[in-house]
Formats: sequence, structure tokens, C-alpha cells
Amino acid sequence: MIAYVEYISLLIIPLFILFTVLYGTVKKVRVYDSFVAGAKEGPAIIFKIFPYLLTIFVAIKGFQASGAFDVLRDAFYSVFGFLDIPIEAVSMAIIKPLSGSASTALFTDIVKTAGPDSMATQMSAVIMGSAETTFYVLAVYLGAVGIKKTRYLVPVCLVADFIGIVVAVAVARWFF
Amino acid sequence: MNVLWLIMICVSIVFAIFTGHLEAFTKSIFDGAKSAVEVSLYLLGIVSVWLGITKILEDSGLIYRIAHLFKPVICRLFKNIPGDHPSITAITLNVLANLFGLGNAATPLGIQAMQDLDLLNEEKGTITPEMMTFIVINTASIQLIPFSVIGILASYGHRNPAAVVFPVLIATAISTMTALLILAAFRKIFR
Repeated sequence: MIAYVEYISLLIIPLFILFTVLYGTVKKVRVYDSFVAGAKEGPAIIFKIFPYLLTIFVAIKGFQASGAFDVLRDAFYSVFGFLDIPIEAVSMAIIKPLSGSASTALFTDIVKTAGPDSMATQMSAVIMGSAETTFYVLAVYLGAVGIKKTRYLVPVCLVADFIGIVVAVAVARWFF
Repeated sequence: MNVLWLIMICVSIVFAIFTGHLEAFTKSIFDGAKSAVEVSLYLLGIVSVWLGITKILEDSGLIYRIAHLFKPVICRLFKNIPGDHPSITAITLNVLANLFGLGNAATPLGIQAMQDLDLLNEEKGTITPEMMTFIVINTASIQLIPFSVIGILASYGHRNPAAVVFPVLIATAISTMTALLILAAFRKIFR
């Protein structure tokens, strides 16, 4: 079943490109010229996104390096400690919305130190698989169209993230 | 975003001073800048590729046919998208890419979707309800199979890495739905 879905995932982009190119040709589109014309827009978009990305990355890296992250994690741990959630999973829950690369590194580290079949690993795996790097998505998507007034979007995302983590922990506990 | 950023920066600096992480903090600023450049360069490549493909979709008219096909599904969530608007195609493709865990395709298509949605924006610079719905769906991350997680578990000798699939699917399904409900609740309060 997994292998099946994995194969479809591998197939989907090549097939989509093939279909697009063939369909274009049938419709008498000069596909090479169209592709070049489209790709030409790329740099302008990235120029727009870059300052947003830089601003958010500096804040996130600084937050991790300053020790503020550890304090936040410990605070969460002491508040939710009675729920018997492994501290590794708490770290995972806080880091996942902030940084994709950091959460992958942390997850690898948890699997290595806590063991692949431990509760800490299982719970982190569910969090890792079900949460998204919220701040990155916000920076990139909002930056792409230069949105300055985000209204209540950020609070919604933060509340949703928090509930998402609670759901992930509950589901992991239920399954393992 | 302003408040959040301000808090993160101030709290970080205060902590860096009191915990003696000043050197690490200063270094991290340059690390952050460096990864922003790296990520942007990486995005430049994949975004341009998808823009190239999208341009073919546009010139051949396929983009409108896909939009027409998925209109009934997408317009249920995004009420103010008119007719066969190209944003429907970008949103559909982004959601599909997310479902199949194709991060390399999902981000560029998401950027495309945001730009298409901005065409419908009457007040540039201010977010529209459709953009909010789209971003919330993306941050809630709907994914059929978390390949990267399974890969890491497998490489460290987990006895059955695939066992994580079902719990993750349930967790993302529930959290995506709650995220949309939370958005709807905020929309009611702040309308």
C-alpha cells in the first residue's frame, strides 16, 4: 500500500509535465518559448519574498541560539508534564512550526538517542508528519504578494498549530 | 506579525544577555541571513520551473479546463472565486502536491495560487478571506504519507515504519478541520 502510493507520488510530476507539454503542442503552443517566458517571472517573485524570509529566519535562529527556546520548552514541559509527554516530543512540537531543517535534525536525533520504537520517537513522528513549518509558509506566501495587513491570520495559525500538536499527541498516545 | 517578530527579537536578546549566549546569538543572526539566501536561491530554481510549466498551461488553455473541473470542490471552501479563475487550478495543484508529499512542487504552486488570488484582491496589501483559507490549509499540512518521517524511522531500524502512516493521517485530518473551524470562528468574531 505504502509502496503503491510512493510510486504514484514519483509518477505524478513527470506525467503531469508530459501531459502539459503534449497538450500544449496539440493546441499549437510553442512550448519551449512559453516555458522560457514563464520562467522569466521567477526572479521577480523571489526578490519579493527574500526580505520576508530573511526577517523571519533571523528571528527564528536568534530565538533558538539565545536560549529562549530552551526556556520555552521547559515551561511547556512543566505545564504539561503531568500528561506524561516525553520532553523530546515537547521540543518537536515547538520547533516544527519554526523550522523545517531544524525539526528534521531534531527528529533524527530523537530516533537515535531515544530508540526507534520508544514513545518519544512515535509521538515525535506523528507531530513531524502532521505539523507544518508555519512561519516559513507565512513568510513565503505573504511575501509573494506583499501582504502587510494580515488581520487575524497569525493568531488563527498559532491556535491551529497548538491544537494540531494536542491532536498529534492524543492520536500518538491512542495508537502506540 | 509585527508584534510576534518584536517579541521574538526582544525576548531572544534579553535571554542571550542573561544566559550568556551573546556570542551564539550574534552568530545566529548571520546564520539566519545565510539560510535565507540559500532557501531563496533554492526557491528561485523550483519556482521558475513551475512558472514555466504554468505558462504552458495558460497558453494552451489547460489551466482553465482544470479550473473548471475542480471548481465545484474548491469553490465550496473559497466562496468568492468567480467562474473558471486560474487561481482554482493553482490551489488544486497545490493541495494535490501537498497530499502526495511533493514539497518541491507545493511551495511554487502555493506562491502561484497566492498571486492568482491577489488578482481578485481589491485592497492590495491587505489579506483576503480566500488567502487566509488557503494559508490555513497549507499550514495545517494535509499529507497522505509522510515519506521523510518513514525514511528516517526506517534508516534507524524501526520495526514497522509504515505504522506511523495511519496515525499521521488521522492527526492531519483532524487538525486541518479544526484549523478551518478556528478560522471560521475568528471570521465571525472579527468580520
